[in-house]
Amino acid sequence: MTTVAHPGETAASPGLLPSQTPLQLIDQDGQPGRNPRGLSLPEPGVLQELHRRMVLGRQVDIQATALTKQGRLAVYPSSRGQDACQVGAVLALRDQDWLFPTYRDTVAILTRGVPAEQALTLLRGDWHCGYDPYEYRVAPQCTPLATNTLHAVGLAHAARLKGQDQAALALLGDGATSEGDTHEALNFAAVWKAPVVFLVQNNGYAISVPLAKQTAAPTLAAKGIGYGIPSLLIDGNDAAAVYAAVKAGIQRAAAGGGPTLIEALTYRIEAHTNADDATRYRTTEEVRGWLERDPIARLETYLRARSLLDDAAAGQIAAEAERLAAEVRDQMNREVSVDPAELFEHVYARPTAALERQRAALLAELESEESQEAAR
Amino acid sequence: MSTVTSPARPAGTAAQAPASVTMVAALNQALADALAADDRVVVFGEDLGTLGGVFRVTDGLAARFGDQRVFDTPLAEAGIVGTAIGMAMNGLVPVIEMQFDAFAYPAFEQVTSHLAKLRNRTRGKLALPVVIRVPFGGGIGGVEHHSDSSEAYYTHTPGLRVVAPGTPTDAYRLLRQAITCPDPVIFFEPKRRYWSKETAVLRPEGPPIDRAVVRRPGRDVTLIAYGGMVATALEAAEAGVDEGWDVEVIDLRSLSPVDDQTLTDSVRRTGRAVVVHEAAGFAGYGAEIAARLTEQCFFHLEAPVLRVTGLDIPYPPPHLEHYHLPHADRILDTIARLSWE
Repeated sequence: MTTVAHPGETAASPGLLPSQTPLQLIDQDGQPGRNPRGLSLPEPGVLQELHRRMVLGRQVDIQATALTKQGRLAVYPSSRGQDACQVGAVLALRDQDWLFPTYRDTVAILTRGVPAEQALTLLRGDWHCGYDPYEYRVAPQCTPLATNTLHAVGLAHAARLKGQDQAALALLGDGATSEGDTHEALNFAAVWKAPVVFLVQNNGYAISVPLAKQTAAPTLAAKGIGYGIPSLLIDGNDAAAVYAAVKAGIQRAAAGGGPTLIEALTYRIEAHTNADDATRYRTTEEVRGWLERDPIARLETYLRARSLLDDAAAGQIAAEAERLAAEVRDQMNREVSVDPAELFEHVYARPTAALERQRAALLAELESEESQEAAR
Repeated sequence: MSTVTSPARPAGTAAQAPASVTMVAALNQALADALAADDRVVVFGEDLGTLGGVFRVTDGLAARFGDQRVFDTPLAEAGIVGTAIGMAMNGLVPVIEMQFDAFAYPAFEQVTSHLAKLRNRTRGKLALPVVIRVPFGGGIGGVEHHSDSSEAYYTHTPGLRVVAPGTPTDAYRLLRQAITCPDPVIFFEPKRRYWSKETAVLRPEGPPIDRAVVRRPGRDVTLIAYGGMVATALEAAEAGVDEGWDVEVIDLRSLSPVDDQTLTDSVRRTGRAVVVHEAAGFAGYGAEIAARLTEQCFFHLEAPVLRVTGLDIPYPPPHLEHYHLPHADRILDTIARLSWE
């Protein structure tokens, strides 16, 4: 008698569960991490670059927050405190890989090479993302939560269908893991073995809602096994660990091993945006505790102890960061000229007849306002 | 001199003799020809690989083109649209299927916030030539959630093109045109006409994607319809002869953008217009047409523009749907109200 297999039976997949405690290469005191399990420490040059880019990113982030107070940016969701995720993940990408960022990932976009003036276009209040996605292989900053995860899976799957060696990195937060699109993206990626890395920056809050109200899962990384996706829980304030984990994920993806889910434990030092009041939902003691786990300080301690950074080099980086921030300040203080006629230009490949009529009407309206103005 | 054969038309189908073809067969042929013509075209969705789709529109395509080009996905509509967006970003031309009208709703955010807007959000850098096929409308005795006319949700969204064929030959042509269109296209297939036949040669040439066509010329009144209602409007027009009305029937084809020119040319001539659709009338697509005609043809109108639509109720069950759906008698009764004295 033959046994007919149920179509639902699949091979058991061992080794998908993340560790219970976060993986770490460098601890918060700048000492070698106690739980590196499988992560390999990046080369000294990479560690130096991680440090430099975090210092630059931090300075721009602080500058951007200040610019909202002067009304030069419409809004800015700061990633201060999440610097290691922003920089570590992006430096782990290869040139041909794609980044799918959210609104909180401006520093990641900068680290990918997009000039600050372009990267801040949307948050300045313009109608477009400001950069050419194909030039940097960076998708437009995504405001609706979790939707970018599916775009990443699609792009990565297309690369596979076309035989291109290319992977995608999807950034999302802890709140976004509750969205249906995250579920669908993880599932599609796993079924298709799509070359994608999902990096969840778990900063503890979705605006005001703490993780305990978001999920009952032991960890967000633990969700991976339900999809058949190998997953990692890491210290998200350890830039070396973030870099190593994302790099490993990209390597697995490139080797045809499919997606990886990484949960990085981190913390947002600033409020959700300049429009938010974080004191309504968290204590200053909590924030102070996380300031002590600063991702830049720990890497700096580590590098100095190994003579990979000295005062001169640190001074140079600080000066570079200051220059960059000043540039951003100048750029954002400049008035931008906007052409209302362009609002109709890119709705379709070619404006429809109705859009042409509306454009003409708007321009006529502006012209008549101007002539009335002149007559006064 | 040798005859040049289009790569889109394999030798076996090159014979130009008219043949009887259903809308399902025409759509299947359009997909096959598009897959053959362009390596970037991929076709995916639920049950359309091995099964060939619940309506068999993709029958045989997976076997012919392989599972890298035609494939089944997990059962998740936002996932299908969201991944199609990513694939289009990477140079593919996805033609995807939502199994039924009402089952497309989970994908609404991906369609309206991303598919429709990404060209604009990237200042023209990112084009998304995605086609979403949506079997829509009633008249097939479907149970709940299987007969919605959801077109107005999409026509209300700038950045999307929305089309709906009314005949097999036009289904072929419009689908080929939609697949080569640089804009995202929501392609509504009228389920009740899937098995209607036409004797014709299928070809992509003809009226462009954004043009309406006059299906039946007439002098007295313009009937405006699309999708499954085109045949119903033509039936009403024929019956109108006995009433002494010479009825013109316009098949809109493109719901967005709408071909104002063809509509206004006709209505300025006839002075009377009735819009017909299955969807609920309130805030429905017909309201837009009625408003445009009023704005653009007011001094030519002999009567208010009227609408024959579905009732403002959730789509009724199979044994009650005939009360809901516009039919020839209802259209004729409406024409009779167009101030003929």
